[in-house]
Amino acid sequence: MLADKDRIFTNVYGFQDWRLAAARMRGDWDDTKALMLKGQDPIIDEMKASGLRGRGGAGFPTGTKWSFMPKEPKPGKPNFLVINADESEPGSCKDREIIRHDPHKLIEGALIAGYAMRARAAYIYIRGEYIREAETLFAAVAEAYDAGLIGRNACGSGYDFDVFVHRGAGAYICGEETAMLESLEGKKGQPRLKPPFPAGAGLYGCPTTVNNVESIAVGPTILRRGAGWFASFGAENNRGTKLFQISGHVNKPCVVEEAMSIPFRQLIDEHCGGIRGGWDNLLAVIPGGSSVPLVPAKDIMDAPMDFDGLRAVGSGLGTAAVIVMDKSTDIVRAISRISYFYKHESCGQCTPCREGTGWMWRVMERLREGHADVEEIDMLQEVTKQVEGHTICALGDAAAWPIQGLIRHFRPEIERRIAARKGGEAPLAVAAE
Amino acid sequence: MPKLKVDGIDVEVPAGATVLQACEAAGKEIPRFCYHERLSIAGNCRMCLVEVKPGPPKPQASCALPAADGQEVRTDSAMTKKAREGVMEFLLINHPLDCPICDQGGECDLQDQSMAYGKGHSRYDENKRAVTEKYMGPIVKTVMTRCIQCTRCVRFAEEVAGVEEIGAIYRGENMQITTYLEHAATSELSGNVVDLCPVGALTSKPYAFEARPWELKKTPGIDVMDAVGTNVRLDSRGRQVLRSLPRINEDVNEEWASDKTRHAVDGLVRNRIDKPYVRVGGKLQSATWDEAFQAIARAAEGVTGNAIGGLAGDLAEVESVYALKTLLGAYGSSLHEARVDGALYDVSQPASWRFNPTIAGVEHAKAILLVGSNPRWEAPLVNTRIRKAIKRGAKVFAIGPQVDLTYPVEWLGEDIAALGDLPDALTQATDVIVIAGMGACTIEGGYGAARQTAAALGAGFGLLHTAAGRVGALELGFVTEGGLAAVAAAAPKLLFLLGVDETDLSAFDGAFKVYIGTHGDRGAHAADVILPGAAYTEKPGTWANLEGRVQRAERAVFPVGDGREDWTILRALSAVLGKTLPFDNLGALRAKIAGDHPTLANEGIALSGALDVAPRGGDVSGAIVYPITDFYLTNPIARSSPTMQRCSAELLHGETFAEAAE
Repeated sequence: MLADKDRIFTNVYGFQDWRLAAARMRGDWDDTKALMLKGQDPIIDEMKASGLRGRGGAGFPTGTKWSFMPKEPKPGKPNFLVINADESEPGSCKDREIIRHDPHKLIEGALIAGYAMRARAAYIYIRGEYIREAETLFAAVAEAYDAGLIGRNACGSGYDFDVFVHRGAGAYICGEETAMLESLEGKKGQPRLKPPFPAGAGLYGCPTTVNNVESIAVGPTILRRGAGWFASFGAENNRGTKLFQISGHVNKPCVVEEAMSIPFRQLIDEHCGGIRGGWDNLLAVIPGGSSVPLVPAKDIMDAPMDFDGLRAVGSGLGTAAVIVMDKSTDIVRAISRISYFYKHESCGQCTPCREGTGWMWRVMERLREGHADVEEIDMLQEVTKQVEGHTICALGDAAAWPIQGLIRHFRPEIERRIAARKGGEAPLAVAAE
Repeated sequence: MPKLKVDGIDVEVPAGATVLQACEAAGKEIPRFCYHERLSIAGNCRMCLVEVKPGPPKPQASCALPAADGQEVRTDSAMTKKAREGVMEFLLINHPLDCPICDQGGECDLQDQSMAYGKGHSRYDENKRAVTEKYMGPIVKTVMTRCIQCTRCVRFAEEVAGVEEIGAIYRGENMQITTYLEHAATSELSGNVVDLCPVGALTSKPYAFEARPWELKKTPGIDVMDAVGTNVRLDSRGRQVLRSLPRINEDVNEEWASDKTRHAVDGLVRNRIDKPYVRVGGKLQSATWDEAFQAIARAAEGVTGNAIGGLAGDLAEVESVYALKTLLGAYGSSLHEARVDGALYDVSQPASWRFNPTIAGVEHAKAILLVGSNPRWEAPLVNTRIRKAIKRGAKVFAIGPQVDLTYPVEWLGEDIAALGDLPDALTQATDVIVIAGMGACTIEGGYGAARQTAAALGAGFGLLHTAAGRVGALELGFVTEGGLAAVAAAAPKLLFLLGVDETDLSAFDGAFKVYIGTHGDRGAHAADVILPGAAYTEKPGTWANLEGRVQRAERAVFPVGDGREDWTILRALSAVLGKTLPFDNLGALRAKIAGDHPTLANEGIALSGALDVAPRGGDVSGAIVYPITDFYLTNPIARSSPTMQRCSAELLHGETFAEAAE
């Protein structure tokens, strides 16, 4: 188990106050100027050395991402940092806890990251439904301004840095980085074509880096304690600590900071009180938020919870939003519900996703009741392949993968329902709602 | 200059080209819906997917992918074929298969491409989406269930037309294209979205259910609704022109046309003069050609020299103006005038009346000064070029009453005296052009002052004409010193009117007026003899556009009733008058014109030479009034067109036309 002394988010449960004074007691804003005085490139090098991979889901090395930004911004084209707090992935709830209880970690991280990438300002794009969280964040930013920690001459470092909080309007797609930029600019949230990448032409056409809340918030602690400390956790290529968010059929669902690469079984037993009904009752797990394929019980039990370990079992770490499903779950219905989510959240810009998500959901709904032919399972599989990889952004992939995972691992269950329906048998009893 | 391979064919494309353009350079057809050469790249239809190496192991959208050295593109691989079939299947699952009742049928991109690249059957078993109807005004009919969300119309409205009035609302499969408030799009270019729409979602409202494309005879023509000389294709069936569509001409109209160009054609079958009339006892009575000619011969008896005159109207083509000029010459008269709007400008050399910077050249200006011109109404397709210049960083200054030109303008005042006090941003700019409109030329000294300003700025100078026939007539020298006022002052006894409908003819009350024209409009009302002529679609004709570009049109249909081509009327009349004109057919007439005016013999643009410095007539002043007060009703054809009348009422006068419940 991760020792308390090694936790970055020491107030993730809100046992202490979130305000500046309490945050300072926890070590935030402690001589931030000294961190900045390390210099911009050394900060980036330290982040690279720490092995931190982006916590938003894709797992791109954070330090490397920062290094893409122009070292000397052109006049009239300042660099921008955009912080993605549009946490909308079903199952994910880590950014929410950070903003609720530890907002100053994020704001300090914004200053450090923004300084390292020569950004003029940071925009924190917070999910529209996070109403209380946004209030907290607005208040925390105001506190930081009042204390001279950000704004002109931030922390007395001589560097001017602004932080703006922008509230979304409730669209999942605005969590996609380029759609977020569109939304920030006041347009309809639709992903942009890449290239150009945001580091070249992002917000208002200026070089921009978009980072997840957690990636930014861990920055100051990494710099204070050193890259070596951070890199001492987790397996090679999957370093550091991470906020895991375990929901579903465990005895004690929770958000917990743990070392990367912790085996799934250990994570559940130590922090969640085990699977409801015991390990034999485990059916499947969606280990990284709704957009990654599910993993059946036998594969996940001893898998290390990190980027590479979960890829090896045909899934991904994503945001580390672990959705645990025991044998009472109507697995087809669960995936169908996820399909509905993607149908609902597709922006409608490009054809395969706009038309395909609705089609997939409708077929899933029929499969749920067995109201289909066996051949339609193959057809559905083919439709997911026609969506995957054919779209502008990754939402098409995210909509296709859960269904592919279901067909890969639970095809017999789907066929059983079809056969039962054909045989005149009553459809399966559905769990009470 | 990246070099790449497309299906094994080596191609080299200019830097900045896309893979799609590289494929086209290699002669490979790439299906597409959202991509359009003249609009920004959206990359959303995904129909143009191709396999590209090196790159991720998935197909790439070729319209948005920059061509790079060493790429290997496959448009014929299994991956590409499968990707196209997949996208086509998706496009069709929610597309109503109502081709038999769809006006786009036969010229539908979706139809064609599903034949070429689709699978031929659908696996979609669910219900199809239906979309509530939208209202986009009198020009554009909508059937939004057919929409495939390619957003071409949205991009056109925003980028070319400059009105941000079309957009998408909702998301996912509920995404809809709309004008937001269900108002008509207030653009004079809205008809172009009909051409742009790759499916039958946006179709032409006046043309709804009129004809199928394969029934139509297609004739290349030249538009006469403004002086731009838009190249059009006239689609006719039987004796009626059903629609007018733009042809591509990069130097003139690119591939756009104004709504007036497209939809005034329904005025060609209404309010037409279909037989000769003679005024008897103050009332016009129908007559035979012979009776009409005899009436003219009686009026012409004993009249010589400048007691006989002629005016050339806005739509007159070169041939008929030349014929009239020759006829007048036979009487020893030089009393003829083409500037029937009362404007005065130097006619000493072609460069003095032409639009010298050229229409395409406007795009490259860094600063533009508009003097007494509202290009949005006077020449919408010049206005789109000014918009393009602005996108490249140009600044626009204007003198005249403030109007919405769809781009930012620095207004210098309503009085032409503002020419004397120009801002530094203009005087210090390079690549300036000065565009003078008829609003400046109707003020005494206004033309000279504008040209002086252009000379002082070292700027290009162009006159923005409003009438299609004007420049051709000027090239023929169909002018009189002093303009229209001088003709009136000469008080001719016999006056020929070649389709003059925009001029107040009360100054010619004493004259016996012979009107040759097509519509029962102002000119016909004042005439003593009316001779039915041919409209621009009904005769092979030559027009010179505002640049002096000579363009020829073919005949699409024959004139209505007893109507004849205008020059043949003059030729027949000349025989009755005993002044037989020296040409018997169009070839002979054109040969005569070529002999007298070589520049009018060759299609295209002739060099106009350098512009002399105009003499300045002291400081000028006077409030500018734009020549056009109603864009949709500028000539007899448009005024007779129910579509144009409705556009005027709805878009300019705010009348609402409630749709009947369906």
